[in-house]
Amino acid sequence: MSGEFLRLLVTDYTLRTVTLGAALLGLTSGTLGAFAVLRRQALLGDAVAHATLPGIALAFLLTLSKAPLILLLGAAVSGWLGTLLVLAVVRNTRIREDAALGLILSVFFGLGLVLLTRIQKMPLASQAGLDSFLFGQAATLMVGDVQAMALLAAPVLLLLVLLWKEWKLISFDPEYGATLGYRVRLLDTVMTSMIVVAIVIGLQTVGVVLMSAMIVAPAAAARQWTDRLSVMVGLSAFFGALAGVCGAILSSSTSQLPTGPSIVVIISLIVAFSLAFAPNRGLVWDWVRQARNRSRLRLDTVLGNMMLLARQHEEADYGHKAAAIGALSGGRIGIEARLRELRREGFVEMDRQGDWHLTAKGVARCEMIVKKWEP
Amino acid sequence: MSTAQIEVQLIAMVVAAAAALPGVFLVLRRMAMMSDAISHSILIGIVLAFFVVHNLSHPLLVFGAAATGVLTVVLVELLNRTKRVHADSAIGLVFPLLFSIGVILISRYASHVHLDLDAVLMGELAFAPFDRLTLMGLDFGPRALWLMGGILLLNLLFIILFFKELKLATFDPGLAAALGFSPVLLHYGLMTVVSVTAVGAFEAVGSLLVVALMIAPPATAWLLTDRLSRMLTLSVLFGVLSALSGYWLAHLLDVSIAGMMATMTGFFFLAVFLYAPRRGILAIARRRAYQRISFAGAALAVHLLNHENLPEAMEECRVDHLGEHLRWEEPFAKKVIRHLVRADAIRYDKEYLQLTPKGRLLAQTVMER
Repeated sequence: MSGEFLRLLVTDYTLRTVTLGAALLGLTSGTLGAFAVLRRQALLGDAVAHATLPGIALAFLLTLSKAPLILLLGAAVSGWLGTLLVLAVVRNTRIREDAALGLILSVFFGLGLVLLTRIQKMPLASQAGLDSFLFGQAATLMVGDVQAMALLAAPVLLLLVLLWKEWKLISFDPEYGATLGYRVRLLDTVMTSMIVVAIVIGLQTVGVVLMSAMIVAPAAAARQWTDRLSVMVGLSAFFGALAGVCGAILSSSTSQLPTGPSIVVIISLIVAFSLAFAPNRGLVWDWVRQARNRSRLRLDTVLGNMMLLARQHEEADYGHKAAAIGALSGGRIGIEARLRELRREGFVEMDRQGDWHLTAKGVARCEMIVKKWEP
Repeated sequence: MSTAQIEVQLIAMVVAAAAALPGVFLVLRRMAMMSDAISHSILIGIVLAFFVVHNLSHPLLVFGAAATGVLTVVLVELLNRTKRVHADSAIGLVFPLLFSIGVILISRYASHVHLDLDAVLMGELAFAPFDRLTLMGLDFGPRALWLMGGILLLNLLFIILFFKELKLATFDPGLAAALGFSPVLLHYGLMTVVSVTAVGAFEAVGSLLVVALMIAPPATAWLLTDRLSRMLTLSVLFGVLSALSGYWLAHLLDVSIAGMMATMTGFFFLAVFLYAPRRGILAIARRRAYQRISFAGAALAVHLLNHENLPEAMEECRVDHLGEHLRWEEPFAKKVIRHLVRADAIRYDKEYLQLTPKGRLLAQTVMER
């Protein structure tokens, strides 16, 4: 199966183009998304993606051409304008970022739909295909599209590497950056513009509506695995590319499966897996740790109560029935199992009458616990 | 105007009003993006409920979809509580997934019903009058009008009944909790109202433009007033205005009605953003310019007072020396002088500036301050 796929990848022209395009899109959105998420601009991506729609439609209306570079430039300009408007509203009014984002997002998108419906009514044959910008259509990717994407991605990725130290600084401590004399405001603007470009690159494959997920999700997944920026950016790019390629291939080989949603479902699975199983931060390890602590605490309670019971008698190894120990230790349910677990650990023993008593090791553990709690 | 046109406009107005009411609280409570998330993820609820009842106009659809809206809120909060992602990332992770599953379900299994992706995005306002509510053979008008009318009534009731609580919890959540109002209950109540409204409006204007109708009119109103009750009224007004103007422009240009309604909400916002009497950009710019000039005027008056009747006065108070002494560019200096002359605080005496009694008073008040 995978051998077949590899053979097709080399020989099949469409498949190669789609894979390349999806990989490129995942790579850029993953890389830049890492910074967007760290700078708490996750939802800005949503607004930018929606705000590109009128730009695409206008670029087509003005040039009547579907040259990918023209449409993507239109998208970038209008996405950027949307960002500027969000900033203008937040800086000059009491309206906060969330409302400004929602406003720009929905109004620009509405305007985009107006223009799209206008284009649909035009007596042209060439307008077909603009709709694919809504939910993405990997199958329609051509070599020219991938070239346009690469042309936009290359300078962005280059800039990212060249000014790595600066990006790191403004992502984690912009105030410190300002005191060092870096032009933080300018760097901020450049970074936001780079995020806009990353979004624009993915529009044709993932679509306007869901592109924001490709900014947020790879980065959120990568964040779980590491605390180092370089590793996070690398992983984020890898996850993005992986989801992009899998989703694009899945959707172009299955009928009636839109590309954008497929990619989003796959990247969401990666996020869910990372949240659950990433070393250190994984939620599953958290639960395991908690369950283990809780069970240890319960076992120690039983030990402590057995010590209390034993102290009421002369000899330290005076035994008691499980039921009696259970009554002291918060109920009889499960007490047998707990005692057996403690016996396995060598802390208690059962004599021939079925009475349980502490071993020397058990007494030592009790004393140790008591010492831990008494200053 | 045909009956159908009037009905479409009525539906549009009712949708806009119903959306604007809970929108006010979303904007004030900084939860505007929640409406974006809810309006996306109700799609999966609509699709799943449709698979169960096989009827797009079944009342269960509204409840099923509204439940997914509330589920979104719960999921976002659960994700927040793990502390593994930022709050805004949590929103950005949950709704694209739910929306994607909804879109995939539609394109794979529901393509034979009239629930297509265009309808999801743009709604079917123009077709709404064809879907009639008939009881015992009698025509009671479009079903959407009844549905949205009911939702509008529900929203009104919610806000009237809990006005005090909502107001308190919005502006001072700490005090509200201390007084014994449950912020959690109120939060989920509001989210339920938002979800129900989004579902109802979804059919008419599509999932994305619900957001425009919920956020833009309240944001516009907020730039015009400081009173909650007035903000609610103004929001409804802007929503209805956008609906009507959007409908007619769409009619005129032959484009998507819902898209045009959203565009108009943005247009009204832009107009108010620029021209609002106190909080508009222009008003702010004008106020700043005025403050700059009047501050400079006060400084000049103090400068003149300091040198009044002293030997160097002839030197210090010459018009063409202001640039040197106060470091002002000439055009700015001229503006300041004009401002003071108009206020009757100084007068020209040949080349020299002299304080009038009024100007002297101004300078003295400034110095005492």
